[in-house]
Amino acid sequence: MSETDAPGLPEPQDLRAVSASEGLELLMAPQRAVHDGGPEMIQLLTPEGQRVPSSRLDAIVDELTDEELRGFYRDLVLIRRVDAEATALQRQGELGIWASLLGQEAAQVGSGRALRPQDYAFPTYREHGVAWCRGLDPLNLLGLFRGVTHGGWDPNEHNFHLYTIVIGAQTLHATGYAMGVAKDGDVGTGDPDRDMAVIAYFGDGATSQGDVSESFGFAGVHNAPIVFFCQNNQWAISEPNYRQTRVPLYKRASGFGFPGLRVDGNDVLAVYAVTHLALDHARSGQGPVLVEAFTYRMGAHTTSDDPTKYRVSAEVEVWKHRDPILRFKAWLAHEGKADGEFFDQVDREAEQLATRVREGCLAMPDPAGTEMFDHVYVEPHPLIDKERAEFLAYHASFEEAHS
Amino acid sequence: MTETTLAKSLTSGLRAAMENDPKVILCGEDIGKLGGVFRITEGLQKDFGEDRVMDSPLAEAGIVGTAIGLALRGYRPVVEIQFDGFVYPAFDHIVSQVAKMPSRSGSRIHLPMVIRIPVGGGIGAVEHHSESNEAYFTHTAGLRVVSPSTPHDGYWMIQEAIATDDPVIFYEPKRRYWDKGEIGDAPDLGLHDARVCREGTDATVLAYGPMVKTCLQAAEAAAEEGTSVEVVDLRSLSPLDLDTITGSVEKTGRCIVVHEAPVFGGLGAEIAAEVQARCFYHLESPVLRVGGYDVPYPPSRLEEEFLPDLDRVLDAVDRSLAY
Ligand SMILES: Cc1ncc(C[n+]2csc(CCOP(=O)(O)OP(=O)(O)O)c2C)c(N)n1
Repeated sequence: MSETDAPGLPEPQDLRAVSASEGLELLMAPQRAVHDGGPEMIQLLTPEGQRVPSSRLDAIVDELTDEELRGFYRDLVLIRRVDAEATALQRQGELGIWASLLGQEAAQVGSGRALRPQDYAFPTYREHGVAWCRGLDPLNLLGLFRGVTHGGWDPNEHNFHLYTIVIGAQTLHATGYAMGVAKDGDVGTGDPDRDMAVIAYFGDGATSQGDVSESFGFAGVHNAPIVFFCQNNQWAISEPNYRQTRVPLYKRASGFGFPGLRVDGNDVLAVYAVTHLALDHARSGQGPVLVEAFTYRMGAHTTSDDPTKYRVSAEVEVWKHRDPILRFKAWLAHEGKADGEFFDQVDREAEQLATRVREGCLAMPDPAGTEMFDHVYVEPHPLIDKERAEFLAYHASFEEAHS
Repeated sequence: MTETTLAKSLTSGLRAAMENDPKVILCGEDIGKLGGVFRITEGLQKDFGEDRVMDSPLAEAGIVGTAIGLALRGYRPVVEIQFDGFVYPAFDHIVSQVAKMPSRSGSRIHLPMVIRIPVGGGIGAVEHHSESNEAYFTHTAGLRVVSPSTPHDGYWMIQEAIATDDPVIFYEPKRRYWDKGEIGDAPDLGLHDARVCREGTDATVLAYGPMVKTCLQAAEAAAEEGTSVEVVDLRSLSPLDLDTITGSVEKTGRCIVVHEAPVFGGLGAEIAAEVQARCFYHLESPVLRVGGYDVPYPPSRLEEEFLPDLDRVLDAVDRSLAY
């Protein structure tokens, strides 16, 4: 196994950011083919579960306790199980649709666990693993896909914003939030409980949206404390990467004057370490970082999608060998950090969680019809009041007719 | 005459347009190999090539903005917006550029483009997939706005829209994609003509897109109770075929406009205003509107309560008759 630590901190850019960003001087991995993520991809665990040393990142990983590492494994397994249950519930008509995170667990758990409580995350619609790390009950997510709510949780309770379906929009919201954080002086104080960063999740397809480029521009100009976390799962519904971009996505950052890195998104240790570094960079007042997590959407885009129409199963097979859970499990076992009993116990816990999620989903009541009028405005609104009254009267007329 | 679905009629219409005019090109998200999420462009990339059926980057402003450039270069772009709620990133280009450039050029520039938008609710979707945003575009001078409700109209209207030298917003009622009907050998109406699709004498119901079927069902139910309802499918939302509309209302004396979009500031307001101005002495009762409530389109478990249905249309007919 070769040393992966060559200087990798992206060129250029803002000199101030570069000189101050020692911590991001990541090292290059051994040569890899581009479809494997290329030589620039940072990896700490091979698909076989072998540890690749990194002078820059080892310290971060070494700080993790065995319990925390086992916790990562538990996160990965539980969220995959919840995801499978949600898919099954959709098939049974209990959810309108489900966007599976299968294959992207490490990208989400690694980055989600790198967040501090005060950090703030802005997800797309697929960040079930991040939601889990932020302490959301998975049932909150199911409610949205079941169609009982467009929201489903209090964003400020978990510092986890609502899911955003309009592609790319949340990257601007996250940037604005980060600009506010900077204005409040909650960066660069050195107080680990005060300094905070914002993380914006988005997909490879989203990078084509103007909103995403604009958010890079704003974040750069304002030196906002934000980590742009792109899960490059290779597909935007039916469109492969080359329909969206001619350059590797992490390289986009350099044009906006901040560092961009590509990490093996199926390697939970590398994702954790790189995101940890990037968040520290942002929290310490050095501005934005783009992290491209190179991963794969193992399932369909959503339960409505049929990927056999546009991609070959051989590709999926290749990625099966890069499974994020298998490699981490192999490493944990090899290092003696976890044993069979632990793995079995996590499996049992996953089954229990799946049962609870299923039962909770089936028990989820439909909202009352009047709820659609309830939160449109904060202050009273005459048209809403009139229509709510009409709605009630109309439905009452049926009850009268039937009684 | 063959039975086919609205979805397939649109595919056939697009195919015919592409065969007839090599300048017709398609662009949109996932429209190539996948054939679009609703499969409207299914098979077209295979038959016409990637040059004419282009999978676009995921960017609606880009899709419409580059369609303008292609039109300037002599092409006739037909772009697909994946869902109604995703047209807004392109709103600036549609309203500020597409709608205005021809007049700004003194007609030196033509922008013969079609912007196809699957529209409306009723499919149990998540947020942003069920909107009825036609009023934004009917309110914009420079755009033509049409919506077929049957396979026959789907097949012919898409070809007529493509052949039009002005930009056309083409709304496809997505929950009716799988409804079947026959396609006639020729278009029997112009692109901007309304169709009296059921004759009646007691009240006129005006509808378009997904609501046409609902209103026909309501008329059927009303007939069982002895009320004769005339249903007009507007087909064209801008311009409006006011002659057909007023002809019907003058005959029945009562008018109800039905759309999925929220009522306040909706297209129904424009129609009601025109009807009362033109048919004042013929009206037996005020023009009524039935539509969505003035709230964001609700989560799917509530959509049945939001969308006008047979009962709400009948309720309005009753109120009109009881006036
Ligand atoms: C503005 C907008 N346009 C189109 C869509 C429809 N849509 C939903 S997901 C998707 C592909 C997204 O791909 P990517 O950003 O790579 O994320 P992934 O779903 O692969 O996680 C599209 C086109 C949308 N939600 N928003």
